[in-house]
This record gives sequence, C-alpha cells and structure tokens, in this order.
Amino acid sequence: MVALIRPDSWNWALLLHVGGAMILVGGLVTAGGASLVMRGDATGALTRFFYRVLVLVALPGMILMRAGAAWIYDKEGYTGNGDPTWLGIGLSTADGGAVLFIIALILGGIGLRRSRRGAGGEGLLRASGVIALVLLVAYVVTVWAMAGKPA
Amino acid sequence: MSFSDWLLALHLIAAFALIAALVLFTAVMVANWGNGSPQRASAYFRLAAIGGPLIAAGAGLTLVLGIWLAIDLDAYHPWDGWIIAAIVLWAIGGATGSRVGAHYSGLQELVDRLAAADGDEPNAELAARLSDTKVRTLHAITIVAFVAVLVLMIFKPGA
Repeated sequence: MVALIRPDSWNWALLLHVGGAMILVGGLVTAGGASLVMRGDATGALTRFFYRVLVLVALPGMILMRAGAAWIYDKEGYTGNGDPTWLGIGLSTADGGAVLFIIALILGGIGLRRSRRGAGGEGLLRASGVIALVLLVAYVVTVWAMAGKPA
Repeated sequence: MSFSDWLLALHLIAAFALIAALVLFTAVMVANWGNGSPQRASAYFRLAAIGGPLIAAGAGLTLVLGIWLAIDLDAYHPWDGWIIAAIVLWAIGGATGSRVGAHYSGLQELVDRLAAADGDEPNAELAARLSDTKVRTLHAITIVAFVAVLVLMIFKPGA
C-alpha cells in the first residue's frame, strides 16, 4: 500500500517511472503486435514500423522507466539489503529485460538490414518480435508485483 | 496480498492496457498520415485491430476498479474532488476516443474495398481521410485527458 500513502515528494519520480513504463509497455504491445501481423504484409511497411517503434517508442520508455525507478529507489532509502520481494521482481525485470531488449534491437536491426537488401532477415525479425512479446508478458507480471506488492 | 492490493494491481494493469492501446493507435496514425496506399493502410488496420479490445477492456476496468478501490479504502471516497475530476477527464477521453474510433471504423470498409479492387494504387480520398485534422485533434484531446488522469492518480491533489 506504499503507493497509496507515500510522501508527496516522491510523486515526480513515480510519475516518471510509471509514465515511462506505460510508454515502454505501449511500445512493446505495438511492436509485438506488428511482428505478429507483418508476415501478411506484402508492402514491408509493418517490418520497418516494428523496428521504428522498438527504437523510437519502447527504448525511450525503458530509459524513462529505469531513471524513475532509480530516483524513487533512492528516495525510499533502499540499500539492496533486505529489499522487499516486489522490488526484487521489479529490478530483475527492469535490468534483465534491458539486456533482452538490447538483444531484440540488435537482432531486429540486422534482420531489417538483410530484409532491405533482399537477403532474408525474416528469422531475425521474428526472433526480435518474440523477445518483445516475452518482455511484454514479463512487464505485465512486474506491474502486478509493483502495484500489489506481494510479501 | 489483501483484497485492496488486488484491486490496485488490476486497476493499474487496466490503466497500462488503456495507455498501451493509445500508444498503438498514435503510432499507427502517425505512420499512416497522408499515405493513400490501400495495401499499406490495410496492413496497419490489421495491427490497429489489436488496440480495439485493449482500449475497451482497459478503459472499462480502469473506471470500475478505480471506483471500487475508492469505496474499499477508508482513506478515499468516490466523491473526493480529485477522483471526480479523474472521472470527468475519463469521460472526456472516452467520448473523444470513441469519435476517433468511429472515424477509423468507417474507413475500414473503404480500405477493404480499395485493397481488393485497385491493388496498391494511391487513393486521394483514403489519403485525405487518413490525414483528417479534426480526428488528429480529437485524438490529441484523448491523450491529454488520459495523461491528466494519470497525473491526478499520482499526485492526488487534496487527498
């Protein structure tokens, strides 16, 4: 229930954290959705769109979310010793998710380049899309953990 | 986790679904802006279809669970000023968002017809209707309304 009784001085950090997380999840829903329907798109527009959304929407959202998380972590006075379970879930998915996200960006970037040259790349783009969808599921679980704060 | 914790968690997940759908619609609108290619529009419309159930469930559950939460918790009441303001903003966002949705639902038939008949020849009417400035303004109002709800939920002025 910390979210309901926190001091007012935490509000800006929380707004940055939650707002960034919402942009990140929105970007993953959009990119993940595009990866699911892009196979039926003969124009190739959704392939380029998929990667642009990852770079221009989800990536800035991830940076804002993580910056807000670090800010509010500092304000709440956590040290890493005896941190609550929900915080561990949040930090694990934020940092582990960032690594997976970078892998998705690299695979997607190479896949898009190969696709533009007409030298395949569909498998890499599909792998990038699968990672985006896996991250989406992980972040929904994280939202549940951060809001419900299970012991 | 207590019952209130579950309500809060589900309320927040619903809010994420709502904003995620808005992000999806915004990205699709921007990508389609001024482009009259029926095949391209058809591909984007298939993607946008994901956002329909997401925004309907997200908006509905955010409101219902939010009011339920305000009733359940002793610290807040549904008649608190910031909660009433959030409900009014939710209604404004819902009304403008519905009009944007109706515009694109009306366009679906044109996109399907052009994609089936003309292949991928750019169509001026389609380009014009995808670039409707009134729809863009309504969508911007929807975004501002729901972002303002988020700000109210975090700052809880007067609580």
